[in-house]
Amino acid sequence: MAAQTVASTTDTTTAPAAPSVDLGPAVALSCRECGERTPLSPSFACASCFGPLEAAYELPTGDPEALRKAIEAGPESIWRYAPLLPVPADVADKPNLNPGFTRLVKADRLAAELGVTGELYVKDDSGNPTHSFKDRVVAIAVEAARAFGFTTLSCSSTGNLAGAVGAAAARAGLRSCVFIPHDLEQGKVVMAAVYGGDVVAIEGTYDDVNRFCSELIGDPIGEGWGFTNVNLRPYYAEGSKTLAYEICEQLGWRIPDQIVVPVASGSQLTKIDKGLQELIKVGLVEEKPYRIIAAQAEGCSPVSAAYKAGHDVVRPVKPDTIVKSLAIGNPADGPYVLDIARRTGGAVEDVTDEQVVEGIKLLARTEGIFAETAGGVTVGVAKKLLESGVLDPAATTVVINTGDGLKTLDAVAATSGPTATIRPSLDAFRAAGLATH
Amino acid sequence: MSVNVRIPTILRTYTGGQAEVAAEGATLAEVIADLEKNHAGISARVLDDQGKLRRFVNVYVNDDDVRFEQGLETATPDGAGISIIPAVAGG
Ligand SMILES: Cc1ncc(COP(=O)(O)O)c(C=O)c1O
Ligand SMILES: [Zn+2]
Repeated sequence: MAAQTVASTTDTTTAPAAPSVDLGPAVALSCRECGERTPLSPSFACASCFGPLEAAYELPTGDPEALRKAIEAGPESIWRYAPLLPVPADVADKPNLNPGFTRLVKADRLAAELGVTGELYVKDDSGNPTHSFKDRVVAIAVEAARAFGFTTLSCSSTGNLAGAVGAAAARAGLRSCVFIPHDLEQGKVVMAAVYGGDVVAIEGTYDDVNRFCSELIGDPIGEGWGFTNVNLRPYYAEGSKTLAYEICEQLGWRIPDQIVVPVASGSQLTKIDKGLQELIKVGLVEEKPYRIIAAQAEGCSPVSAAYKAGHDVVRPVKPDTIVKSLAIGNPADGPYVLDIARRTGGAVEDVTDEQVVEGIKLLARTEGIFAETAGGVTVGVAKKLLESGVLDPAATTVVINTGDGLKTLDAVAATSGPTATIRPSLDAFRAAGLATH
Repeated sequence: MSVNVRIPTILRTYTGGQAEVAAEGATLAEVIADLEKNHAGISARVLDDQGKLRRFVNVYVNDDDVRFEQGLETATPDGAGISIIPAVAGG
């Protein structure tokens, strides 16, 4: 957790000579591993231990009731939580995509099918402007890019982030140039490119793309470039906290018992936990036990493998799955996913590609929500863990759908076509066996 | 064995700002020991108290993540390119 005091020597917000960086309540960067602090800057790894740097705050300590009222009166987007995010107070007034405040669907028909007797919800982030949860993280990264004077917004991406960066940069009037593996779903490539920025397809896996981007940042070529998930990562990652905030607010300011979260790098899951801890800390929700369950696809399940083997480091893998958005073989926050799953009494589980497709169709058939493959992973893992008794069927459970099925049509196209193809005649319809009278 | 090591920004204080330095060694462990000789302080940044690679550092020998190979015992052939890279978030 972020501590609440900051040494004045590292506090750029009060040092008169230092260039002022207004990122709202964020006052420093702090190493998640060793706690070492540095001023707010576009850096992402601790110079002492390579641990990830994250935003440290002066969180609101006043009256929680007043904070709650202010949030509830705020815009219907992630900006209602600006007092808990590394963004300037006037963030909502600048051109941006206003992501967030997506629906929390009470999924009674899915619950019945899965044998859930408690409350089951789907947090449906396909409703974001570019149809994935990445709009949340990118919106925060854009503020950091503005604060540090970057002119090009960039990222390494498994697809969704590229689209979110392209759109957000267009709206903010920044140049964008994104990097993706060459073999992504067409829907994601088109979405990345249509906003007019540059899209570079790299011959290699996502992990190769990442490595390339890390080297680009260390080179003079990368000067003036804000990589949302690399040098802007401490800010970017905070955007995922809004998922936790929204879920709790939408449940009437309470923490659910169980949350199922998809894992690629593990950043989102780590920050959902951080978000819950912060809500407790500022007094917006009552402290209670909660379990965080991490979901992966079997063809890229390095965190699940480490969890099952009892390890606390993650051995990278070469991905082979239809779930391309989660195909990160070398997950940076993998160790934290293990820590959080263990600390909260959760779990890390994986499902096969077939179970992913089943999960997509189950959610679509029962609730009318068309998820991308990552959503098929969370639904599939929820189903698997309910069957094996790891998930409590009587508890309040939230399953996150992070993206839109239209982006990964191929996953279900072969098995989702017309029921019949007929001539336009009543006889032909009757002959097809679909008439009820 | 002479190899080229690419240095991430956060370690360049130890290499006088150089982004790439030469080093000697037949294994990654030897290369890191040699780096330490010429750029004191670097080893403690890359390795933990037990002398193992820190868990948030990625090291590549000629494009291969050493965790797919033999870790610190990974061979470093003559002319190899070695990259030290902090872990990156997802996308
Ligand atoms: C649809 C979708 N869900 C989940 C994730 C996982 O995010 P993280 O890398 O934060 O674990 C991604 C990442 O690219 C994604 O595209
Ligand atoms: Zn550190």
